[in-house]
Amino acid sequence: MSVFQLLNGMTFAALLFIVASGFTLIFGLLRIVNLAHGALYLLGGYIGLAVAQATGIYLLSGLAAMGGIALAGLVLDQTLLRWVKGYELRQVLLTLGVALVINDLTLVIWGGDTFSVPVPPELQGAASILGVTYPKFRLFVLAVGVATFLALWLMLNKTRLGALIRAGVDDAEMVEASGINIQRVFLLTFMLGAALAGLGGWLGGAFLTLYPSADSEILVFSMAVVIIGGRGSLVGAAVGSVLIGMLNTFGQVWFPELAYFVIFGPMAVLLAFRPLGLFGRAA
Amino acid sequence: MTSLAPTVVTTNKSGLRSALAWVGSAAILFVLIALPFVLKSYHLGIATQILIFAILAMSVDVLAGFAGRTPLCHGAIFGTATYFVIYGVNTWGLPLPVAMMIGVAAATAVAAVFALLAVRVSGVYFLLLTLALGLVIWGICLRWSQVTGGENGLRGDLRTGALADPATFYALVLVISLCAFFAMRRFVNSPFGLTLRGIRDSESRMASMGYNVTLHVFLAFTISGFFAGVAGAIYAVFNNFVSPSAVALAQSVQGLLMAIVGGIGTLVGSFVGAAVIIILEQFVSAYTERWQMVLGIVFILIMLFAPEGIVGKSRTLWHRRK
Repeated sequence: MSVFQLLNGMTFAALLFIVASGFTLIFGLLRIVNLAHGALYLLGGYIGLAVAQATGIYLLSGLAAMGGIALAGLVLDQTLLRWVKGYELRQVLLTLGVALVINDLTLVIWGGDTFSVPVPPELQGAASILGVTYPKFRLFVLAVGVATFLALWLMLNKTRLGALIRAGVDDAEMVEASGINIQRVFLLTFMLGAALAGLGGWLGGAFLTLYPSADSEILVFSMAVVIIGGRGSLVGAAVGSVLIGMLNTFGQVWFPELAYFVIFGPMAVLLAFRPLGLFGRAA
Repeated sequence: MTSLAPTVVTTNKSGLRSALAWVGSAAILFVLIALPFVLKSYHLGIATQILIFAILAMSVDVLAGFAGRTPLCHGAIFGTATYFVIYGVNTWGLPLPVAMMIGVAAATAVAAVFALLAVRVSGVYFLLLTLALGLVIWGICLRWSQVTGGENGLRGDLRTGALADPATFYALVLVISLCAFFAMRRFVNSPFGLTLRGIRDSESRMASMGYNVTLHVFLAFTISGFFAGVAGAIYAVFNNFVSPSAVALAQSVQGLLMAIVGGIGTLVGSFVGAAVIIILEQFVSAYTERWQMVLGIVFILIMLFAPEGIVGKSRTLWHRRK
């Protein structure tokens, strides 16, 4: 295992974590499997691309991607999902319909070509780390991934909102009964999860590039992460991301054409022993 | 999602109604048989496609409507058979019937593996897991280009001899789809099928009464995969071409949507659902390339307003009129 491949695995894991943490937050608290998460990622990437092209300010494009997708999450939750509250399968299938619509919309607007979100000069080129020369941008993604983990961990464990979310994951009814407006917590969590998809799309837009089927690809990776890590678990998402990131990197080196097998084989074995994932708890 | 069980009412009170139902079924059958004599070959092709996808939708319905587990991998199982049939004929030089049998067997095997992994979970987890498993097949078909042809797919030349005639092919598919329908109806009304419905309604109760829930779900999944494979094998002959889009998520989604539009747990609704979706697709594609968006919107509208589907809804209305 060379340092180079280790870094490849870790940087990909960081991107996966950003996307999957949003997915698992929504899944854990709202019990919604948001199949539009991949489409939101793609849309976030394209928004980032458009803003970066229009203004040339990199940081602004990131904020626009996050804000835009959080807004999309707000609209999705308030206009569509609220009508099917409490019906798990109808919610999931509804988000699937939304995913199809968003994916096709991006195809209409941006076409089928491959795009890459422009990166500022400071993040271009390579840096020397651990004795190898490595692309700076990927290290930046790794740093953002770690920062996201820390921020989410602090938010969940040290703030009032985090306490409410944790309590809601365990027993939403009880939280509501103690006089908390859980619906507002739900909405905030949904927007936060969506914003993370937008952030992922913005970073992924330069890391993996943007193209029409990128949304299903990132969605399947995020689902694998959440299936391995367990519903609603932040640590689970981190462990799952590292596992999947590493397996994907080494799978592509050793069995390039069957890389998917290398990822999902271990996932399947794990499920046979722990159907709810490593850190999952029964609902 | 798990709507009313499709128990056919056969009490004395409803003698007239069951007679009506019989007359209705006979009329529909007559129309289906008469189609080749009225339709142009292009439209007959669409009718054939509807029948093929009705088999796929019914296979989804067996699992979703009767075992209470909604799968999102049946497109992948379906497409596995399609790939095997075309590959078998092209590369291995097999005769078509043998290739089709191998295709169905491969699809059933894939379904059995999926079932082994998915039997322990239910509800949203089941959906999520089958979705991920289906995407694995898609990933393999996309990336393993030496065998699958990658994005370009595989072209076959299977519609030769008598099969080249649209009317003959339609008749053949009609017979197979009716056989599949009666086989699946028999299956869901058998003691085994009744146990499945029990599991759908209350898993813990069935388990405490001594039923082997895991085994029942496993078998139901595998059998439903068999029928998805049958549909996929016929589709290979129908389409003469297979690409990753045959195993993509959209295919699984479409199969499930057809079952839902028709009415989950009705079986016969799958024919209605397949007809509605495919005719809509033909209609929309004539005017715009945005079929995927329309499909997504249909999905959203159905989930919001009529989750019990067309046949389910009309059954509810029908029974209310008593």
